[in-house]
Amino acid sequence: MVILPLKMVGATAYVRGKRLVGPVDLTLAPEGFTIVIGPNGAGKTTLLRLMHGLQRLSGGSIDWAVSLTEARRKQAYVFQSPIMMRRRVVDCIAYPLLLRGENKKSARAKAKTYAERYGLGHVLQNWAPDLSGGEKQKLSLARALITEPEILFLDEPCANLDGRATREIEAILQKVQDEGNRIVMSTHDLGQARRLAKDVIFMLNGKIHESGEAEEFFSAPQTLEAQAFTNGEIVE
Amino acid sequence: MNEITQGFWDAWALILFFDPDLYEIIFLSLRVTVTAVVIASLIGLPIGALLAVNRFRHRRFVIALLNALMGLPPVVVGLFVYMLLSRAGPLGGFGLLFSPSAMIIAQVIIITPLIASISHQTVRDLWANYHDLLISLNTTRAQRISALLWDSRRALLTATLAGFGRAIGEVGAIIIVGGNIDHATRVLTTAIALETGKGNFAFAMGLGMVLIMLAIIVNLLIHNLTKTEQASTW
Amino acid sequence: MKLGWKVLVAATLIASASHAETLRMAVTTSFYNSGLSEVLLPEIKADLGLEVQLIVVGTGQALRLGKAGDVDAILVHFRIAEEDFVEGGFGTHRREIMYNDFVFIGPSDDPANLTEANSAIDALQRIYAVKATFASRGDDSGTHKMEMNLWDAAELSTELPEGDWYRAAGASMGATLNVASGMNAYVLSDRASWLSFGNKGDLVLLYAGDPALFNQYAYIPVNPTLHPHVHSELALILEDWLTGAKAAELITNYTVNGEDLFTFNASTK
Repeated sequence: MVILPLKMVGATAYVRGKRLVGPVDLTLAPEGFTIVIGPNGAGKTTLLRLMHGLQRLSGGSIDWAVSLTEARRKQAYVFQSPIMMRRRVVDCIAYPLLLRGENKKSARAKAKTYAERYGLGHVLQNWAPDLSGGEKQKLSLARALITEPEILFLDEPCANLDGRATREIEAILQKVQDEGNRIVMSTHDLGQARRLAKDVIFMLNGKIHESGEAEEFFSAPQTLEAQAFTNGEIVE
Repeated sequence: MNEITQGFWDAWALILFFDPDLYEIIFLSLRVTVTAVVIASLIGLPIGALLAVNRFRHRRFVIALLNALMGLPPVVVGLFVYMLLSRAGPLGGFGLLFSPSAMIIAQVIIITPLIASISHQTVRDLWANYHDLLISLNTTRAQRISALLWDSRRALLTATLAGFGRAIGEVGAIIIVGGNIDHATRVLTTAIALETGKGNFAFAMGLGMVLIMLAIIVNLLIHNLTKTEQASTW
Repeated sequence: MKLGWKVLVAATLIASASHAETLRMAVTTSFYNSGLSEVLLPEIKADLGLEVQLIVVGTGQALRLGKAGDVDAILVHFRIAEEDFVEGGFGTHRREIMYNDFVFIGPSDDPANLTEANSAIDALQRIYAVKATFASRGDDSGTHKMEMNLWDAAELSTELPEGDWYRAAGASMGATLNVASGMNAYVLSDRASWLSFGNKGDLVLLYAGDPALFNQYAYIPVNPTLHPHVHSELALILEDWLTGAKAAELITNYTVNGEDLFTFNASTK
């Protein structure tokens, strides 16, 4: 079952009377690595939360190719500040499988494989909240990918990490993308966007200001604001 | 001052000479209180978690009610349970009055609000932390509550120990519904009340010391049993 | 952690009550504090195989427990209330067992000069005359009712005793004696509670002996037609024993600190 494409029509999010995002019209194709860029407060996070269903829709529509219940099961989300359950690393990674009714033993075995794949093999039995920032984000990735989602959302996963950890996460993401996974990721780091993006959504003031293939966007941005942003100038 | 030291020595004498009556009283105190704490936890912990996770219309009122019930005087609870269990009362047919079961019921009523309230605060804090993740993972309400309760088990243990502390030291309610019957429903606190009434202050103090030692031992025991697996700070 | 839960669960499973032949009797605090029950109960168990469980409460509460059918029999000491209880059909009959007496306790320097009193009423009038501090039960118990009747007979200038000198403790005999001991006050106590009281301080026995101070204990089985679950047969067996020769001997010979406490006066049927 393929849950993509995702179609957003006039999607709007208001929080306490303030418009955070929208109206947004957008179609996410079944393949690709989409980077959502834009200055702070542009609505990147809210857009991702809207897609994933963490943010209530105030107007417009968001439709997957399948029913919402089905679609919810086939996506995963990595938060900017990693949310660590008070459990051992292996149990944190196994948790989504347990939720889906898998037995503890096979869930643990699978979690071990994923932990090792993402460089957590040496901290399997450590307590998740005690991990370093980079390890926490790797755990988040392993936990997100263990359910084999069709689409993975990442909200500024490297915002709180140092250079080395950022490189490690980027390498993992590159690999995940190479394995054919659909990724939608927000970042305000232009360099990171250049390194990873296949296509780009440039947001400003809660709206999609410009979007397109990454190469085109970075070589020849259409709008003045996008030009300024890609040149590293301050855009508000 | 003299009677306090005397009480201290009396306590040691009773313990060291394995006074059978004392050990019977201690055992009954533990049996009644531990049973009450387990039952109150089974009721109070999920209620606290539900209050933290669920948004419903009268949630604030229920929380306020819970906090108010924490201040309920035990004597009132005792009287209420007495009237329920009395032969003339609605549950009289069970013949539970003046039995350890009646004392357990009274203690459950006294400590459930306390346990539920502490559980609510604890789970609420963890829920604020876990919220986005558990929503993202499509958890059902039951899955959320069980994850939150399990992951805050250390703090919740403190809640149950608070309940234990309140129950083991309670006298007003259980003396009414238990009757303080020798060899049947006499526990440490009611024995202390009795000896105080007789003016045997030193002996009453001795029993009080035993009570405190018991509470300390239970607390240390529980903490040691739980610490073995968890080295981390929380 | 896991072990912790197991211990808790295991502890809850250790719970069961034994069901020997038991009889529940509500008795007054004054009777219990005398220590006589500790002599009688083992003998009853040995002779009759009957385990008597005592619910120790004030007379008022004992009567309530009997009315509700929560006990099988009561042993109290306030005649008017007892007769009402039987007339109301709550008890089958009233059987007098024994009596002891009330005594006036007070500070050893005796400011109201109670040692020279010639009656219980005279004693109260002396206390009232100098407004000496007096601790009252104030809890509607048998002892308190006895005290109020005596004040009534003493015909004070005010209808009831009141003022700073009169302290109603609202508590059991032991607690009231503790109050009196703390304030060095006069107090009316049953002799049994006084003799076994361990916190006498500066208090001494100042006046006793007026027949008006006699304290008659009576035994009343709870009416089985009203409460079919009460053990009325056991209650009758216990009554036979309590009024028999062995009980007579044990009660008469019972002493606290070398002093006789009770006079056995049960009539043979």
